[in-house]
Amino acid sequence: MTDSPIIKLTAAETAAKIASGELTAVEVTEAHLARIEAVDEKVHAFLHVDREGALAQARAVDEKRAKGEKLGPLAGVPLALKDIFTTEGIPTTVGSKILEGWIPPYDATVTKRLKAADVVILGKTNMDEFAMGSSTENSAYGPTGNPWDLTRIPGGSGGGSSAALASYQAPLAIGTDTGGSIRQPAAVTGTVGVKPTYGGVSRYGMVAFSSSLDQGGPCARTVLDAALLHEVIAGHDPMDSTSIDAPVPPVVEAARNGSVEGMRVGVVKQFRGEGYQAGVIQRFDESVVLLKELGAEIVELDCPSFDLALSAYYLIAPSECSSNLARFDGLRYGLRAGDDGTHSAEEVTSLTREAGFGPEVKRRIMLGTYALSSGYYDAYYGSAQKVRTLIKQDFDKAFEQVDVIVSPTTPTTAFPIGERADDPMAMYLADLCTIPTNLAGNAAMSLPCGLAPEDNLPVGLQIIAPVMKDDRLYKVGAAVEAAFVEKWGHPLIEEAPSL
Amino acid sequence: MTTTTDLVSYEEALASYDPVMGLEVHVELGTKTKMFCGCSTALGQGANTQTCPVCLGLPGALPVVNATGVESAIKIGLALNCEIAEWCRFARKNYFYPDMPKNFQTSQYDEPIAFNGYLDVQLEDGETFRVEIERAHMEEDTGKSTHVGGATGRIHGASHSLLDYNRAGIPLIEIVTKPIEGAGERAPEVAKAYVRELREVIKALGVSEARMEMGQMRCDVNLSLRPHGTEKFGTRSETKNVNSLRSVERAARFEIQRHAAVLSGGGTIIQETRHFHEDTGSTTSGRVKEEAEDYRYFPEPDLVPVAPSREWVEKLRAVLPELPLVRRNRLREEWGVSATDMQAILNAGALEPIVATIEAGADAASARKWWMGELARSANESGKALDELAITPQQVARVTELVAKGDLNDKLARQVIEGVLAGEGTPDEVVDKRGLKVVSDEGALTAAVDEAIAGNPAIADKIRGGKVAAAGALVGAVMKATRGQADAARVKELILQKLGVSEG
Amino acid sequence: MPGITREEVAHLARLARLELKPEELDHFAGQLDDIIGAVARVSEVADQDVPPTSHPLPLTNVMRPDEVRPSLTPEQALSGAPAQEQQRFKVPQILGEE
Ligand SMILES: [Mg+2]
Ligand SMILES: [Zn+2]
Repeated sequence: MTDSPIIKLTAAETAAKIASGELTAVEVTEAHLARIEAVDEKVHAFLHVDREGALAQARAVDEKRAKGEKLGPLAGVPLALKDIFTTEGIPTTVGSKILEGWIPPYDATVTKRLKAADVVILGKTNMDEFAMGSSTENSAYGPTGNPWDLTRIPGGSGGGSSAALASYQAPLAIGTDTGGSIRQPAAVTGTVGVKPTYGGVSRYGMVAFSSSLDQGGPCARTVLDAALLHEVIAGHDPMDSTSIDAPVPPVVEAARNGSVEGMRVGVVKQFRGEGYQAGVIQRFDESVVLLKELGAEIVELDCPSFDLALSAYYLIAPSECSSNLARFDGLRYGLRAGDDGTHSAEEVTSLTREAGFGPEVKRRIMLGTYALSSGYYDAYYGSAQKVRTLIKQDFDKAFEQVDVIVSPTTPTTAFPIGERADDPMAMYLADLCTIPTNLAGNAAMSLPCGLAPEDNLPVGLQIIAPVMKDDRLYKVGAAVEAAFVEKWGHPLIEEAPSL
Repeated sequence: MTTTTDLVSYEEALASYDPVMGLEVHVELGTKTKMFCGCSTALGQGANTQTCPVCLGLPGALPVVNATGVESAIKIGLALNCEIAEWCRFARKNYFYPDMPKNFQTSQYDEPIAFNGYLDVQLEDGETFRVEIERAHMEEDTGKSTHVGGATGRIHGASHSLLDYNRAGIPLIEIVTKPIEGAGERAPEVAKAYVRELREVIKALGVSEARMEMGQMRCDVNLSLRPHGTEKFGTRSETKNVNSLRSVERAARFEIQRHAAVLSGGGTIIQETRHFHEDTGSTTSGRVKEEAEDYRYFPEPDLVPVAPSREWVEKLRAVLPELPLVRRNRLREEWGVSATDMQAILNAGALEPIVATIEAGADAASARKWWMGELARSANESGKALDELAITPQQVARVTELVAKGDLNDKLARQVIEGVLAGEGTPDEVVDKRGLKVVSDEGALTAAVDEAIAGNPAIADKIRGGKVAAAGALVGAVMKATRGQADAARVKELILQKLGVSEG
Repeated sequence: MPGITREEVAHLARLARLELKPEELDHFAGQLDDIIGAVARVSEVADQDVPPTSHPLPLTNVMRPDEVRPSLTPEQALSGAPAQEQQRFKVPQILGEE
């Protein structure tokens, strides 16, 4: 079968064609639904496709246009929503058996904003259970394949969203990033992903993994598309106490005016060394050279506390998750196991959690329970929070010298499904470069910077900006993206094998 | 299920041991909405009609702090002479229980909003005792479970339970005392007086109605004994959810007697929670704290710190009402009553009605007389609280005004009040409808006196002969004839005048 | 550093309400030991005089006015309940009290 050329359009192009009447939103939605139909059996990006809902939304956009109403900048553009955001009337599983069949009675703020902007929600995407993982292998509903090589992981936890983008099932997607779950999947699938400043995008209705680290953000195939989506979902929400009450940084304007001319770009010495794949380092070094050619000044930085970031993360995130996931007790919603009249409520809760959670989730709950228990708190959780302070201080010092920092997004390209499944420590290393940003709360982006010569798989370049300077990511990202496209003669994603 | 507990007499217990108490009081605030969501706190609504994603703990939902809840906490802290934290956080107290939707309670741990205060309380004989306050912190209430299938609706033997989360998330302030030492035999009385005074403070602040019978205020009584002359505290028991002032006193007393029996029998007290039983006045063993509870407290990451500005705190301090004890002492002076009388007024719930009656124009003595007399009796008979009677302080004041003007005497006034309570209208309407007016028309009165003298010649003669005391019988006859509406003193005057004797 | 025993794992599982199978106890004992051994490095900073960071951004005093907002309907509230009775969530027998 032949795919509609519509699916290859960017979100910006699609929106323009819908606005001008060249395409209808229904046509666009149908093209993507057909693509999902054709390839998702192989990719497994979606856990739930809301065919009827998507078409109804698309029809509403077309009616609005027919009536001459003004359309938003992404009206009618299809999107794949990570299955961690609540959607009223549509199942939300967070990739877990414990929420199988749960239909939320309310919409997340992000969901609401997408709907209000007339973005068409195609369905819910696969993810590591409760966003715990870097490969999407921890989904209770089976792994997702990387469209570049279906035997490899698409990154995680947001592997469904990145795979949907890379396989043209949607031009836009939403992810969440607790330790790299937007950026690392973007890196290994040759797409763009942004973790906004903590507090930039509401967490209301985003099922919590680690409250002080989680941040929802945009995923797309181009920097401009990510910016357009960023602007739709960001902004103050009174329902989230940690939401920043300030104007959204001018991300779209920045994405339209990419430049690094005269910018100071930092390279942190802690972001290389043992564990980094040669091809990743090679593409990263080339990116630094490119930045210099584009007019940036490169500054070497030393951020010694970054060496402790992974350790601090694997205490803080499990601690918070052990508490956040306590509510899944089989009493009010979701799975209930063992309720055969012989077990007490307490036993039913334990049996439900045993049956409903996968091994990685249990591992982290146990770890967090340990780190918070009396006698261990100071040594573990307390120290981890001190590390957090030191990392913030390192970032603060760095940003006195530079405007942005760059690094590889992840130390290796996509690894084969199953390779690290039984080795949690090896899996955790995938987030080595992304975690410091979550701990400090500032913004970061991953965008493609080429294929690693040894395996021909995408490599991600990470750009890190200070708190609430998310626009710098787009300014730099757009410049780098344009320079690479010029150098390669086409966007990197076009080198992905067709499915 | 009957369990017998060995007790020693109270006197015997106090002869050997010195009680140390710690009181933890939970107060449900009277805010319109819950602590962390916009659900209503109204009572008596259908099950699960006042819940939302936040207070049901649905995946993804997030809390937002109720500003009035924080303000109430600061007011309570100030009224309890506490320091108010410049910066404090909420913390999660992690434990599983079906009535708690998130399986953690959003509370405060090592950073309470108010700490280090005291409350002076007055005992029955007027003696003042200072109770030191450790802290007051903000937290949330749990839902309500109904146990089904057991014989008594109790948890024991129930086949299953039903949960209503309307109460889940209602703001609570937990107020914890420092160890209360030195109360000796008066410890139970101090406990009761403290809870009562605290309730008065809470009510005066207007942050809660603090009705114990409705669970808006609940007390946990921690108690331990130590041999006289020793410093170290003994092992304590924690009697949970004691829900009346009387019960607070009884629970403390019972635990003193029980602990003493265990200790003097060479036993050791088990650190455990206990339940108080209203019917028997005794406590029974609850949950033994086997493995020390590990609540794994940590700062609530979904809420940001609360840093009350000094301006805000001072603004609240400036508008703090006069505190109840200070006020009672002032009123005592003004009214010229004893400390014990004031305690009686307080115990009867008559303080506010009396104050309101005085404010409406009555003199203090009359206001006190009616509320502590006729009205207290009526309330008692109908099983109501004074403020639930169908008469307003303004109406009582009007009655006293009519008495002062001589329009009513006490006997008529009682009938007026009776009429008002029976719903016959305002005092003036009752006076009109029942025709209750002192007869001051001298003509009518003289005729009635003449009639009485004529009708009772023998008595009249006695009076003429100097037996002035016999006049009472004629006065009675006149009062009867005028249906009580005459001024008795004036009647007596007229009789003596007519019969040509002077009172001598 | 710590050397987590099977008993400790069982205790943690009890606290966390996970009815772990015997083989899981062994498996997790080994894995938790490895992970904690690796992350225990953070205690290097335990003695440093730096304040802990619990929130990534220094926000304070985020509060809402005490105004009632619409609740869910009881039907919505109970829509996910595995069991219900009398407009309430039905749960198995509760042990203990409070
Ligand atoms: Mg408490
Ligand atoms: Zn609510």
